[in-house]
Amino acid sequence: MPRAGHQSYVFDTPVGIRTTGVVGGIKEAEGPLAEHFDRLHSDMSMGQKTWEKAERLLLKEAMDLAIRKAELQKEDIPLYIGGDLMNQLTTTSFSARTLGSMYLGIYSACGTTVQGLLLAAMLVELGAVERAMTGAVSHTYAAEKLYRFPNEYGAQKPPYAQRTVTGAGVALVEPGFWPRVEAATIGRVVDTGLKDPFDMGSAEAPAAVATITAHLRDLDRSLEDYDLVLTGDLASVGLAFAKQMLREQGHRETDRVEDCGVLLYRADQGVFAGGSGAGCSAVVMYGYAVNQLRRGRYRRVLLCGTGALHSPLSVKQGDSIPGICHAVSLVADSA
Amino acid sequence: MKPKDSKSTPVQRAYRERVSTFRRAVPVGRNSLRSFFAGGGVCLLGQVIQGLWMRLLHMDPETASNPTVATLVVLSVLATGLGVYDRFGQWAGAGSAVPVTGFANSMASAAMEHRSEGWVLGTASQMFKLAGPVIAFGVTAAFVVSLVKALWAIWAS
Repeated sequence: MPRAGHQSYVFDTPVGIRTTGVVGGIKEAEGPLAEHFDRLHSDMSMGQKTWEKAERLLLKEAMDLAIRKAELQKEDIPLYIGGDLMNQLTTTSFSARTLGSMYLGIYSACGTTVQGLLLAAMLVELGAVERAMTGAVSHTYAAEKLYRFPNEYGAQKPPYAQRTVTGAGVALVEPGFWPRVEAATIGRVVDTGLKDPFDMGSAEAPAAVATITAHLRDLDRSLEDYDLVLTGDLASVGLAFAKQMLREQGHRETDRVEDCGVLLYRADQGVFAGGSGAGCSAVVMYGYAVNQLRRGRYRRVLLCGTGALHSPLSVKQGDSIPGICHAVSLVADSA
Repeated sequence: MKPKDSKSTPVQRAYRERVSTFRRAVPVGRNSLRSFFAGGGVCLLGQVIQGLWMRLLHMDPETASNPTVATLVVLSVLATGLGVYDRFGQWAGAGSAVPVTGFANSMASAAMEHRSEGWVLGTASQMFKLAGPVIAFGVTAAFVVSLVKALWAIWAS
């Protein structure tokens, strides 16, 4: 698989998504994309003692669903690649413990979903493994506790804040299935000096624009070649910003650019500017986007996993928020 | 809060200004009004409670203030535990943070959140996570003010 242009790869052999497992929480069940979930929880603790354990359960359920839908056993999964937002990737590592497969933990914050898909598809195409499973997860209370304040603390959030998605999305990647991974672009870290940890969308938007334009340039395409360009979690603020930057660079068809964090919730759900978190892109991309490709509504979709690469520590020490975005192009055919 | 600008390049500064045009502005007027009435409401509640203790326990206003604060703290901790104080906080802003109920909420919420890490390293050590700075700066400020007062007394005599 030679590199196309500077950052992109075109897949020679057809590798696609065989099955997906998508699990969500309460707010996700109340949102407009509820029908695209395989399982929805009505209890935020999911019967677990801690938020962290609830997050592990979400991921485990999504893994089980993806395996069961393919009528496989967990012994048939040779490799799992995935990540989450917790310190030292405990959620993913602890869930992968029960899988018994080879395991690679990865981190691109909220862009982890697409990084995992990209790596899984590449390794499968290389022939390194016959199939691979990949996914990402987040839990709003676990993230709130780690990144912001205790959940019951009465701090006021600004209207441009985002809500971390409670959910997990997992995909089983295998040769010969569809929607097919057709091309991928690995992103560069873009830091524009923004520092407000409540406004991650704006910090990620320049990275999203950089990766989208790199992808179009490397493959000599335009936005018109895609039915949907789906960014991970820019939310309403970052999405408007990204669209304006794309138009300035001469990409006019920006009405086909949409964002997982905006699609997942209604505006009146009290989620501020929209959803965020590793689970945000995972549930919308593996739920909504894959379903729409399968149903024939879209033929080609560009998944752009955006991530804000800060930590609570780096924010306290006054550092800016670097952004990243990886892109994978999915097409609705098997060859 | 204005970010420290010394290390930003002009491009980064221009960028930051551009980003702010996409953000929905923080409704300062509405927030101020709400916090005024919410904060005032909490104080009014405190006044009612104080009156109650004065009547029930025949206390003078000064001795009644301690049980009054204790009552407000209990109410705030209850509301925190029932999961409603954070919603009140989002609505009321500073109006819920400034009175003693906000202080109680900051300790109770942190204590609850870190209970899963054990009584000693979780609840006990983490409950001051948010309240700690208030105590540290409160004590420092009180020390400075009393020092000034003492020096003033010496100078005046």
